[in-house]
Amino acid sequence: MYQTHVRHTNNATATEPGGVTAQGLGKRFGELWALRDLDLDVRPGTVLGLLGHNGAGKTTAIRILTTLSTPTTGTASVAGVDVVADPLGVRERIGVAAQQATVDGLMSAHKNLVMVGRLHHLSKRDARRRADDLLAQLDLAENADQLVKTFSGGMRRRLDLAASLVAAPPVLFLDEPTTGLDPRSRNDLWELLRDLVRNGTTAILTTQYLEEADQLADDIVVLDHGRTVAHGTPEELKAQIGTDRIDVTVASASDLPLVVQATERFASYAPGVDHDLLVATIPVVEGTRLMEIMRALDAAGIDAVDLHRRQASLDDVFLTLTGSNDSTDEVPE
Amino acid sequence: MTATTETTELARPEPIVPTLPGRTPLRLWWSDTLVFAGRNIEHIRQIPEKLLDVTLQPLMFVLLFAYVFGGAIAISGGNYREFIIGGILIQSLAFGLTGPATAISTDLTEGVIDRFRSLPATRTAYLSGHYVAELAGMALSVVVLLGAGLIVGWGLHNDALHVTGAFLLLFLFCSAMIWIGTYIGLVVRTPDAVMGVGFVVVFPLTFLSNAFVPIDSMPNVLQWVAAWNPVSVVVAAVREMFGNPASTVGKHTWPLDHPIPAAFMYCALLLLVFVPASLRRYRTRTSD
Repeated sequence: MYQTHVRHTNNATATEPGGVTAQGLGKRFGELWALRDLDLDVRPGTVLGLLGHNGAGKTTAIRILTTLSTPTTGTASVAGVDVVADPLGVRERIGVAAQQATVDGLMSAHKNLVMVGRLHHLSKRDARRRADDLLAQLDLAENADQLVKTFSGGMRRRLDLAASLVAAPPVLFLDEPTTGLDPRSRNDLWELLRDLVRNGTTAILTTQYLEEADQLADDIVVLDHGRTVAHGTPEELKAQIGTDRIDVTVASASDLPLVVQATERFASYAPGVDHDLLVATIPVVEGTRLMEIMRALDAAGIDAVDLHRRQASLDDVFLTLTGSNDSTDEVPE
Repeated sequence: MTATTETTELARPEPIVPTLPGRTPLRLWWSDTLVFAGRNIEHIRQIPEKLLDVTLQPLMFVLLFAYVFGGAIAISGGNYREFIIGGILIQSLAFGLTGPATAISTDLTEGVIDRFRSLPATRTAYLSGHYVAELAGMALSVVVLLGAGLIVGWGLHNDALHVTGAFLLLFLFCSAMIWIGTYIGLVVRTPDAVMGVGFVVVFPLTFLSNAFVPIDSMPNVLQWVAAWNPVSVVVAAVREMFGNPASTVGKHTWPLDHPIPAAFMYCALLLLVFVPASLRRYRTRTSD
């Protein structure tokens, strides 16, 4: 469909430093630290996942790195340019897809992209050509002349992503890019991102989903209440927290300690117990079969109401890493 | 994205080298300004009703005052229709400040402002773009109003120098109104608040003036208010330079006795206050 000038080659920008670094980055709003002591070293052509709940400091980190917010402490550089000293230089080298779609509803999709291109100081001709190309690539060509306010959430997201790609930036920031997308759109977006990264783009994305970070990121930073609680490759993180969980639901709260006792030898960490829902969550050692748990429970005379095997969620990560999954008090961003 | 499995190879293209790198900062600022102004004009293309404020509304005022109220208001030494056009002109342009105020406060409550801020566009171009677009709207308003005036019996009765002076003053007055509106847009929390501010400030200022009636027809206290009101001064200056009948004055104040220099001074003063105030406010409002 479209093959001309956007042949991917590792060109000029790939040789310049395209990574992202941060040392001791912090942001205080009044009395609250939304972000504290964030250290990053994202190598060019890799993906960093910032994982955390709402209010964990993910958006704050993105806003500082994209020059929308100034850090209270620390320093950061994007594509070799200091975010505080030369914000304009940073903006020339980044693409941003914010959590809230930042496109103009009263203009057509095409006009939105041309406007962004022009503000990147492309010529009119280049801006138009780029808009056409991106709309085709993101499957929005048919809606090119449609007003953006008539777009569905998923279409808006795609257009927002297109807008962030207009200047072919070496560094891309995506704030919860798949929130609110249906599974298929989400998979498409993942595929797209992988293509970009394969061709040398550096990406920082935030997510609330462990699975998403696992799928896309080369490195994961887990944030909780503004602080880094874990940092490593998905493999390292999974080795640390285990991947599988088995939820055992019982009929009476008095059975819960018995469940913990009976399944002790399969647990890689201390099981979590929810007295309200009458569920014991066991972080099982890899290779544990559901049948083994059933037999153990049966041998202990416990009548389990329900038994459910699943992948570890973000809540499980926090439970394991911080010993609490209290994530309800939000820090205003 | 659904039916394009064969084209999902989305390459990071060769960076398109911006074609304007050799441009001076001033040229870049101007090209960014035009992009933002073009955005406003695109909004008008999508919602043409937005233009009614600056076209149909003043036209209604001309017809209303020329044919309905006009007969009841006597002007010494002149025709009321010649008198009223200067007044309606300034009143309409003053109400025009709600345009940029609404547009800017709407942008600030939506995510689009973050997009603009993450682009390498010149920082002040967003505000100057609004200014250029609003100025074009006001120019249209002036043309419509004076055209309607010509039809109902208004005319220019002065030399080219004075008439040029009148248009220069209108330009400065429009600029001042746009920057006041810009400031309001940057201060209010929601776009809805703009209409309230417009009515509380602009409504009394334009009606407690010589715009529609001679000042000496008012009660004593209001005569003082009207005589000091900057709107009266600008209206008087425009009338004098157009060669239209002036409002009879009961109270004498220096500005109203010397409307032309005073009007230019008022406009310059407003610009000196509101342009820097808006720029500062924009910087603080859009950074944290």
